Amino acid sequence: MCQPGWRRARVQAQRLTDLARLRRVRDRIDREYAQPLDVEALARDANMSAGHLSRQFRAAYGESPYAYLMTRRIARATALLRRGDLGVTEVCFAVGCASPGTFTTRFTELVGMPPGAFRRWAADAAPDRSGAAGAADESGSEITVEGMPACVAQQVTGPVRNREAPATRQLVA
Amino acid sequence: MDITIHTTALPHVDPDASLAFYRDVLGFEVRSDVGQGKMRWITVGPAGQPDTSILLAPPAADPGVTEDERRTITEMMAKGTYGWILLATRNLDATFEQVQAGDTEVVQEPTEQPYGIRDCAFRDPAGNLIRIQELR
Repeated sequence: MCQPGWRRARVQAQRLTDLARLRRVRDRIDREYAQPLDVEALARDANMSAGHLSRQFRAAYGESPYAYLMTRRIARATALLRRGDLGVTEVCFAVGCASPGTFTTRFTELVGMPPGAFRRWAADAAPDRSGAAGAADESGSEITVEGMPACVAQQVTGPVRNREAPATRQLVA
Repeated sequence: MDITIHTTALPHVDPDASLAFYRDVLGFEVRSDVGQGKMRWITVGPAGQPDTSILLAPPAADPGVTEDERRTITEMMAKGTYGWILLATRNLDATFEQVQAGDTEVVQEPTEQPYGIRDCAFRDPAGNLIRIQELR
């Protein structure tokens, strides 16, 4: 117990356990973003306080769990809006947002235009692409993703992550 | 040129847990298993495809990796941002059910993606992301 090497090893083992716990929270956001999740519930199920979870998550992943959750929802929302068969409010609820106002604000921050405008833009852009892009005509993306593994394509074409939500924003829609 | 993709490596933390996942949950065959303790190199792959393997290997085993680098790698593995692989299957729903039944951490249920594919995702015991795409 007294050997510094052992102590270091124990501290590092605990750090890896903590990081794995944060990973499970992040994976749960990815898995259940469409449910009415909030940071309180995520923290409770991980046996942490909401404040502790938010701080640790941000230290590990560079953004708060709330920001990560909303980015995940907006990413899915862009996919659903591109399809064109759902309205903005339907998409808002389909991706787990309870408040259309918060949804629109966050969508606009991340995508650069409001969801309604994005939906019209995607509808206008789609027919131009269908001829040239062939199998990728569903993507409606500015970036060619054919031949790219889908998960990489999502990272490339997904909403910009570096426009962080202010830390003060605590309420989940 | 006649090059095939022969082996790709994924790191493990607990070799027995990783072996159990790839063998018992994904149903891969074990092609070799050398070393002992944490220093195990385990080659697995899908039955009927002997020319393509995954090597489950200890992370940062190269002696040229510094202590700081080793710590960074193990932390990235723990937080789930290090290793990943893309697999494919003809029957995504049945595969998903089987893998989920193996008490695996699910990251994404089968989802239709806007870029025209359908996929799901899991974690292996070492925190590697295992994405499975539907062939169609």
